Amino acid sequence: MTLPVIQAPAIDPYASVKSDPEVTARWLEAFLADELVRRRGIKKAVLGLSGGVDSACVAYLCARALGPENVYAIRMPYKSSSPSSLNDAKLVIDALGINERTIEITAAVDGYLQFEPGVDARRAGNVMARVRMVVLFDQSAKLSALPIGTGNKTERMMGYFTWHADDTPPVNPIGDLFKTQVWDLARYLGVPLPIVDKAPSADLEADQTDESDLGITYLKADAILAAMLQGFDEQQIVRMGLAPEEVRIVRKRVDSTHWKRHLPTTAMLSNTAINEFYLRPVDY
Amino acid sequence: MKIAIVQTKPRKGDRDANVRDLIDAFKQLHEDPPDLVALPEAALTGYFLEGGVYELAESSAAFARRLGTAWHASGAHKPVDIVSGFFENDEGTYYNSAVYAKLDPSGSTQIVHVHRKLFLPTYGVFDEERFHSRGKRLEAFPTAFGRAAIMICEDAWHGIVPTIAAVKGARLFLIPSASPGRGIQKQGELESIGRWRSLLQNYASEHGVFIVYAGLAGFEGGKGMTGSSQVIGPRGEVIVAAGPLDACIVRADIDLSEIDVARAGLPLLGDLHAVLPDLLAELEATNVVEIASELRR
Repeated sequence: MTLPVIQAPAIDPYASVKSDPEVTARWLEAFLADELVRRRGIKKAVLGLSGGVDSACVAYLCARALGPENVYAIRMPYKSSSPSSLNDAKLVIDALGINERTIEITAAVDGYLQFEPGVDARRAGNVMARVRMVVLFDQSAKLSALPIGTGNKTERMMGYFTWHADDTPPVNPIGDLFKTQVWDLARYLGVPLPIVDKAPSADLEADQTDESDLGITYLKADAILAAMLQGFDEQQIVRMGLAPEEVRIVRKRVDSTHWKRHLPTTAMLSNTAINEFYLRPVDY
Repeated sequence: MKIAIVQTKPRKGDRDANVRDLIDAFKQLHEDPPDLVALPEAALTGYFLEGGVYELAESSAAFARRLGTAWHASGAHKPVDIVSGFFENDEGTYYNSAVYAKLDPSGSTQIVHVHRKLFLPTYGVFDEERFHSRGKRLEAFPTAFGRAAIMICEDAWHGIVPTIAAVKGARLFLIPSASPGRGIQKQGELESIGRWRSLLQNYASEHGVFIVYAGLAGFEGGKGMTGSSQVIGPRGEVIVAAGPLDACIVRADIDLSEIDVARAGLPLLGDLHAVLPDLLAELEATNVVEIASELRR
């Protein structure tokens, strides 16, 4: 007699980045309502709407948590920004019925860059990102609205953002979601499919994509990051079926960007140094 | 026995406002007065206090008085038993504690028992041992409803703790908790919520006890406390359960004699009493320190 064999499934390295978007959406809506209205007494949110999936998701979450009338989407194109990004952002604005304003940042950015001939794309991109935050925080003061962050966990872990720009808003609902989880959430929330399905891009140069910049697909980067963050080493991750060179790409980016996930380093001189000895939580 | 769990959603550090909310919750109870009110861990301060614990911790007597004053201010006309988590300052030594007290409508209080959290989570998002000392005792103390034991949050994640409580005669497990939610991979709810429920159901059915779990609610600096206050019956059944996110009151009327019926059907605790001396002798003969050291090698 041949006995039936019940075989355990092979380890799925992508299982850790799967998510239940309904549970996630419910949790994040409650988070936004608590952080803004209950804790700070602020009923309005303002965010930069790029036309990408991250800010689209955040716009949907804010509209659900606060009502579309309390959400202000600011489009901030530079002269080289793709017109399709503006159009994609408009899809979100129209679908949600949120408030919209377009503030071109070209004059502000070029007002500085005219003194810096030969500036490279990286520096110019950083200037644009920081000018966008200048605009967002000023609009926040004008509208009595809280700026909401739109950075995801993958770009935060890979250091793929401008320090003290994209990471600046005081509240970020999607910062603990890998990019693939943001895509799951976007589909659940009903973000227009052209936005969900297009290749993610910082939109600093024509034909630029995040995945070509990073040298790895988000799906693989997320699986590697998820394993790495749980404490698996390179050999263990490779045994899960991921390529060693791609594990090293991710590891290198994570290891070289720890500083970007922290506040500035302050020299400690006392036993009451802030955030070293004097410890109070952010909501205290 | 009428139980009311007040699932609090405190404003961080604003104890006066939180006591006002508690008085409002107490007022809601008077129409059908409970025998026991259960509040979560850190019920009136919030959980993640860091150094703020030194400003908000108080003696068990002061905290019990605070509860008694609130019960009186709510217009109570009957006495009640209460269990609540709080941060304790015992003459300069700080604990994450829970008090079990009798509250009189006049505002006077009588402390029956204070449990100091045994297992202080100090990993990942948790940093308790940096700020608190750990408790050293687990007691099954007498109440009007039979023996009870208090376990605070991680205390109940170590199967040996509920086992000892049951062996010491506790028929009612009181578990104040503050559990930051995490895990979105599973379907339908956060993984940590399901994990808690599964643990509680297993303990209740293994030992044939009622469990009253009071979970803190609300977001604390991005960390959402999972509430999910619940009462579990002695066959492991969830009698009533709250959702994770909001303040609420959870009510259940339970019949403690069901414990005897459950234990007759599944006499695991009786079996444990019979085998425990052998197991303890086995443990006594084992050099657990050496084994742990070998495992580390």
